[in-house]
Amino acid sequence: MPEITHTARSDFRRLIVERREEVLTAWVKEQLKEGRVESLPPAELRAQGDEFLTLIADPADSDSILDADAAAWAPARAFLADLSRTRARQGFSPSETASFVFALKRPLFAMLRAEFADDAAQLGDEIWHATELLDQLGLLTMEEYQRGREEVIHRQQQEMLELSTPVVTLWDGVLALPMIGTLDSARTQIVMETLLQRIVETGAAIAIIDITGVPTVDTMTAQHLLKTVTATRLMGAECIISGIRPQIAQTIVHLGVDLGDVTTKATLADAFRVALARTGRMVTTTTNAEQTK
Amino acid sequence: MERIPILRMGKVLLVTIQVDMHDQLAMTLQNDLAKAIASQETSCVLLDISALEIVDSFIGRMMANTAGMGRILGAETVVVGMQPAVAITLVELGLSLKGIHTALDVERGMALVERAAAARA
Repeated sequence: MPEITHTARSDFRRLIVERREEVLTAWVKEQLKEGRVESLPPAELRAQGDEFLTLIADPADSDSILDADAAAWAPARAFLADLSRTRARQGFSPSETASFVFALKRPLFAMLRAEFADDAAQLGDEIWHATELLDQLGLLTMEEYQRGREEVIHRQQQEMLELSTPVVTLWDGVLALPMIGTLDSARTQIVMETLLQRIVETGAAIAIIDITGVPTVDTMTAQHLLKTVTATRLMGAECIISGIRPQIAQTIVHLGVDLGDVTTKATLADAFRVALARTGRMVTTTTNAEQTK
Repeated sequence: MERIPILRMGKVLLVTIQVDMHDQLAMTLQNDLAKAIASQETSCVLLDISALEIVDSFIGRMMANTAGMGRILGAETVVVGMQPAVAITLVELGLSLKGIHTALDVERGMALVERAAAARA
């Protein structure tokens, strides 16, 4: 069986250069078949396609076609990376993003078939080279798409961490920490540090940790909570845990988690009442006469 | 030899740690405290560690031991002014210092001592 040869400069790229307009028109038409790409203006697709064709026809070094790390391909890679990330942010699906590269196959292959109609071996070679290059570029698109999405996820995680640790002052000497979302080690660490720092700053004697917004409590979560409570106690402040829902109370008991001598309350209001009582205060209702004053 | 001063105010001993603790210093302090508690009637030891920024497991254990020793001799220990970093370290080391009283600062520590004394009387 004859080996597939690497010609000095693949003919499919010569074809792209020579019959550029034709390729471009067919390519844009092919792309528009794919789902949401329709929403993009054809003029923009055409401009992107035009730029990309220039970039892939340009690198003269034929060896580097197969070597995506080659410097000659850097501009093409950068262009694809940019395109993929933009589409990832715009909410395109992975296949819609990759279709940019893969849609080029059909018009290109049709053209190659017409060109080498009487030379099957040459046709085979050319289709192989073209497929290899386009597949690599397609994979690159996927990788960049993925990276774009990961960046979005990472940024959201950071934002969530910042959002999720407010320490509020309920009363002179009473802090509250409403926790929302799943408690993992990283978050608990931040929560603990913020709370302890605020205790130092305000000199608050009581801190209430409200876990109404925590969806589930497992042994790890309980351990994290206990650590926070212990650290608070070590600093000389008291800690009350509130907002324990019935299901969570059941889970805690079933897991056999020992909350020890930690004060726990069902609602933040209950916890606040305890906090006021411990700091020697109470809430009373006034008479009508006092209200009108 | 370097020593940490132990101040007596009636039945209360006040110890303020203002230098970095090293093991030898901690051991000396423990011995001195034991002698001081035993020599005169002492109800409480106030251990002010607000200037202490670094602890290790040895210092943590020393605090727990000092408290235990004090209790045997009839004095409660109140640790005051622990820094957040120190608290987190002790918790991560698994030293929860059970049986030690804590307070945010010396003033509140004294208030705690007085309340306890009033309750006993």
